[in-house]
Amino acid sequence: MVQYSTARLDASFAALSDATRRGVLEQLGRADASITDLAEKFHMTLTGMKKHVGVLEQVGLVTTEKVGRVRTCKLGRRRLSEETAWLERYRQLWASRFDELDKVVEELKRKEKANARKKRK
Amino acid sequence: MHARRESEPTPMKNPTTVERKSEREFVVTRTFNGPARLVFEAWTKPELLKLWWAPKSMGMSLLSCEADVRVGGKYRFVFGFDASKTMAFFGRYLEVTPHSRLVWTNEEGDGGEAITTVTFEEKGGKTLLVLSELHPSKEALDGAIGFGEGLRETFEQLDELLVTLGASEGRS
Repeated sequence: MVQYSTARLDASFAALSDATRRGVLEQLGRADASITDLAEKFHMTLTGMKKHVGVLEQVGLVTTEKVGRVRTCKLGRRRLSEETAWLERYRQLWASRFDELDKVVEELKRKEKANARKKRK
Repeated sequence: MHARRESEPTPMKNPTTVERKSEREFVVTRTFNGPARLVFEAWTKPELLKLWWAPKSMGMSLLSCEADVRVGGKYRFVFGFDASKTMAFFGRYLEVTPHSRLVWTNEEGDGGEAITTVTFEEKGGKTLLVLSELHPSKEALDGAIGFGEGLRETFEQLDELLVTLGASEGRS
């Protein structure tokens, strides 16, 4: 149901087209980790890992936060924003249904009144 | 792509709110300016249901709308972009309590049945309607939302690319 824009899909696709970056996502799916942890786990230099994390961060798949001297990485909030977008579309569907339903209810009210008037006569 | 037409609420319309209540449940709330018996009627008579269930903004029209609104009765709504592309929603009614409560199953999904409960509460001539959609699991709800879908698609494309690159590739 969610529609992905091509540009965004391309960017995520590029971000995911690297085995290390997919590994990082998998890793962060299990637990948050610092760049140092990740660099060690993937046998990489800090600079190398920073680059990978940067790519993932750009497309929203990862967020990082610096606390003291440690930069912690976690899975991004993109899912959340996609959920928000979906919820908004879902809300709009119901809102437009209900706006139509208003009309039906008005019509039923009108008919009921007319019938009541007829009966009274 | 979705049109940028923002459907801002016109002053007279009551607001519709949607909230994710839990990992498995959504709740939609709306007030109607009419008594519960009329709002309920509009949900239980197919000839009235079809007047509002497929608003124009949905981009699909309701090709058929059958609803046997009794406990155990079935419903089937068929939507279509055109005659060749249709989508059916179906299930059965579990509870039908006049003017106050409707419960039905949604059986078209593959992750198990979702249950929809609608309650109608009348106050001073107005009706507060609360619709809850309870999915069998978080995965089913995510699937309905399309997370699973989108990510799977991305990975599938990725797999294809890797296969293509596989032959010529040295190291990334």
